[in-house]
This record gives sequence, structure tokens and C-alpha cells, in this order.
Amino acid sequence: MMILEADRLSITFGGVRALDGVSIAIESGQVFSIIGPNGSGKTTLFNLVSGIYTPNDGSIRFAGEMVTGLPPDQLARRGLSRTFQNLQIFSRMSVLENAMVGRHRHERTGILADLLHLPSVARQNKATREAAHDTLARVGLADAGKRPAGSLAYGALKRLEIARALASDPKLLLLDEPAAGCNPVETQEIDYVIRSIVEDGITIVLVEHDMRLVMNISDRVHVLANGRTLTEGTPEQVRSNTAVIQAYLGVHGSKEAVRAFD
Amino acid sequence: MPAIVVAVIVIILPLLFPSAYYYRIGVLVFIFALAVVGLNLLMGFAGQVSLGHAGFLGIGAYSVAIGPIHFGAPSWLCLFAGAILSGALAFLVGRPILRLKGHNLAVATLGLGLLVAIVLTNEAGWTGGPDGMSVPGLVLFDWSVRGAYIWYWIAGTTFVGGFVLALNLMGSPTGRALQAIHDSEIGALVLGIDVARKKLTIFIISAMYASVAGSYLALFNGYITPDAAGFLRSIELVAMVVLGGMGSIVGSLVGAAVLVVLPQALTIFHEYEQALLGLIVMVFMIFLRQGIVPSIVAAFAGRRK
Repeated sequence: MMILEADRLSITFGGVRALDGVSIAIESGQVFSIIGPNGSGKTTLFNLVSGIYTPNDGSIRFAGEMVTGLPPDQLARRGLSRTFQNLQIFSRMSVLENAMVGRHRHERTGILADLLHLPSVARQNKATREAAHDTLARVGLADAGKRPAGSLAYGALKRLEIARALASDPKLLLLDEPAAGCNPVETQEIDYVIRSIVEDGITIVLVEHDMRLVMNISDRVHVLANGRTLTEGTPEQVRSNTAVIQAYLGVHGSKEAVRAFD
Repeated sequence: MPAIVVAVIVIILPLLFPSAYYYRIGVLVFIFALAVVGLNLLMGFAGQVSLGHAGFLGIGAYSVAIGPIHFGAPSWLCLFAGAILSGALAFLVGRPILRLKGHNLAVATLGLGLLVAIVLTNEAGWTGGPDGMSVPGLVLFDWSVRGAYIWYWIAGTTFVGGFVLALNLMGSPTGRALQAIHDSEIGALVLGIDVARKKLTIFIISAMYASVAGSYLALFNGYITPDAAGFLRSIELVAMVVLGGMGSIVGSLVGAAVLVVLPQALTIFHEYEQALLGLIVMVFMIFLRQGIVPSIVAAFAGRRK
């Protein structure tokens, strides 16, 4: 079953066509990676799919339902969750509370019940807290629950954001450069977390520069260049595609391409 | 826990009161603290500024004046009607206003407050104009409620009630959503939080807190002028929130207490009263940057380590 189908998406910012007729189709249970040189439109594609931008052209189906133009919160309530390249942590809240907010789409809220702290609210809070704690444990933050989120180190914040998105039990998880800006140790920790999520069978769309990770865990790799689809295929197919190598060599330097080869 | 502490403070405080005058100050502290708790929910938790909250205070105040005098309605009913009216106004203007952020939101709410104050000043036939109007006393079941002593218990109880509701809200999914919105609206959105609706909800609740406080103020004083809805009153409420501590419900009580009691204590300095008040508030903010209560809590937490 296709969980996400984006058909010929285009968007223009001030005359610049940031994305031009890009189509992707993601099967349930897959790890689908989007790669491409800087400025090729990866994050733009994420922002379109998660409802932050509305496409000028094209359509998006999520879980069989037409969702083009729906705002992010409605998509999230349907089970589409994402992380951000530049963190969007609730820094004044505790680590545990951050993960609890992730449970929001599963919580029933009524303003009167919340004001009066009815027994149903207390019961639900307990369930939310436990579920949030379990997700923190999955990313290695179980002991940090009470700390203010703002006090965590950068790599831990990256993992917290993944945990928060995971806490919502998404049908589809979009990870936008989860290891960007991390040192080698932090990158390894995040790789480990991503692999464990993959093992659980959650459908993931991944934007990542770490080619070793991408080639290792992806079922499909979609390559963007200058806002257009360059190619799509299995990691092996993409690895040996000359157009891909050229795109990277031309724009991004040789380093990335060399890593793609090993 | 904090609720019990505050309730105990309300009960014990009168033991230290040498005269009825102190009860009067106590009533004013609780009334303002109630409005400040509401404003703190909006500002300190959800991160949305309002520079026009006295407008809702004014609506609550004039409801218990106009209702009984012009329509013969009982005061307690007018208090509820005022709260509903304030909530309805917040609902109507909230959608367009709360899309704005930062300074723009501040100026828009400022406009809302001014609008209410001007209507109250100009509709002299209903409100008595700039001179204000007298407010019939509260009568409950043929019992005429008057005097600082009884009002102390009414205002104190209501404040504790409002305090508990606010604490409950913050420990609920709605409260967590609001705090999330404060830190990152986009982060809240992608977790399924309907940001616009949550902001509107808290704006309405916040307006109703102010309205009830305004009704109490009018009933207690027995007289009301458009100043109750004026810009200075709005600023005073914001100052109480910030001084006590943004996002600290206990801080709301402390902020209100400081800014109600200090001017009384400073009257011995006559014409320098206002200047000294300003100076003291400045010093507080310089040394207790997060507000009185959060700064003290942080200091104690630091020492324990």
C-alpha cells in the first residue's frame, strides 16, 4: 500500500522554481531517502509534504486520502510526523514534557475537563507520561526526563526531537537531516536510533548527507538536483548512476561522491 | 501543593491584620491577582502579549453597574453575564488579532483596550461618562454583602479557585500545548496542535478572568470610572505578571501584592511616591530578571546542588 503519493509537485518562491514537477511514491514500511546537492530542494519537498508550504501545482495523497493544502496540524493528526533540520524544541519545557506533547494527537482534550482536572484527565496524563517515557528510553534519554530541554547538548536535542515525533506513533516519519551539525559520536548515536526505528518497521522519509547510512538502510533513494528529479532507484542503482555522480561532483565536491562509492 | 500553601496564606493572613484597612488592601491584592493569573496564562504560558486586558476588566466592572441600574438585574447574574460578554468579545476579535506576533499583537490588543475605554467614556447615558457611575452593592439571598472583612473572604476564595483552575489547566494536554506554542509554533503544529484554536481558547479564558476581577473591583469599591479599563491599568496588569514571574502562577499573586501594597506603603513619601515605585520596580527587574518567584526558586534550586 502506498502511504504517500506526491504527484508533480511544483512551488515557486519569488520567481525561483524551488521544486519543479517532482513526484514521489512511498510504500508502507519502506525507508525512502531523498538525497541531492545543497539547494536541490530536499527541505522544500519536506515542507510541501508536511503542509508547511502549499504547492503551486501538483497533489499529495496521504494514506489514500487527498491532503493537498491541508495545514501541518491536520496532517499530523492523520499520522504524519516530522523533525526539523534546525531544531524546534520546546526549550522551556522539560525533556519528558516535550515527549508528552508528542502524544497530543492521541489525547482527548476538553477545556472544562482540563480546567477541573477531572479523573479522566489524570488517567490520561498518566498514560501519556508513561508512553512519553518509553519513547525517551528508545532514544537513550530516559534519565534526562526532568531536565529542562534547553539544557541538553546538541546531539541529545536531535534525539529528543526524534523521540517527540515518534511519541505520536506516526504512520510516516519525516526526518530532515537528523545528524546535521553533530559530531562523530553524536552522529553514531543518531544512526543507532534511526536503525532501531527502521527495525520497528516505521515508514521513514529521510533527508541525510551521511551517504553510508543512506545507502545502508534505504529501500529507495530519490535524487534531486536543481529542484528536479534526477533519478530514483535502489541504493545500488543510484550508486552506479553517472548522472548522480556528476551532480555531486559538479556542485558538491568530490568528498560526498567518494563516500557514496564505498 | 502550591494550591494548599496559597489557601493557607489566605486563611492565616488576617491574623496579622491590625485594622480593617489591611483587609481592604488584601481584597485589592486578591482581585488584581485573579486578573493577573488570567493574563499570565496568556502571556507567561502561551506567550501572547495583551496590552489591552483592562478592557475586559472594564467590561466586567460596568456589567455589574449597568445591569442592576438600567435593567434591574441581580449583581451576581451580571457578573456572569459580564464574563460571558468578555469571552464573546475575545472570541470575536481573537481570531484576527492572534495571527499577529510580538509587537504587532501588542499594539492590536492595545487598540482593543483603548476601544473599550473610549466606548465606556462616550456612552455617558449608560455609563455616566468620564465621571463614572456608582455600583449597587452585591446582594445574595437578601443578604447585603458589604465591608472589607466579608469581601476579604469572597475575594480570597475566588482567587484560590482561579489559582487552582489555572494550575489544573497547565497540567493538562491543553496547558502543555500552550507552552509548546510559546516555544515553537511550527514545532507545535507538526505535532497536531491546532495553534490558532488553542491561542483563541486561552485568550477567552484570560479575558473571563479579567472580567470577573473587574466585577469584584466594582462591587467592592461601589464606584467605577472608565480608568478601570484604561491603558495605565492594562500596563499595570502586565507589570504585575512580569514582576511576579512570567509563567509562574504563584508569581501572579506576588506581583499583584507588590504593586498593590507598595504604593500604599510609599504614601509617606508624598509626591515622590510614584518615582520611588518606578525605581523599586526597576531594581527588582534588574536583580530578579525572571521575575520574583522564578528567580527565588532558581536561587534555592542552585543552593541545594
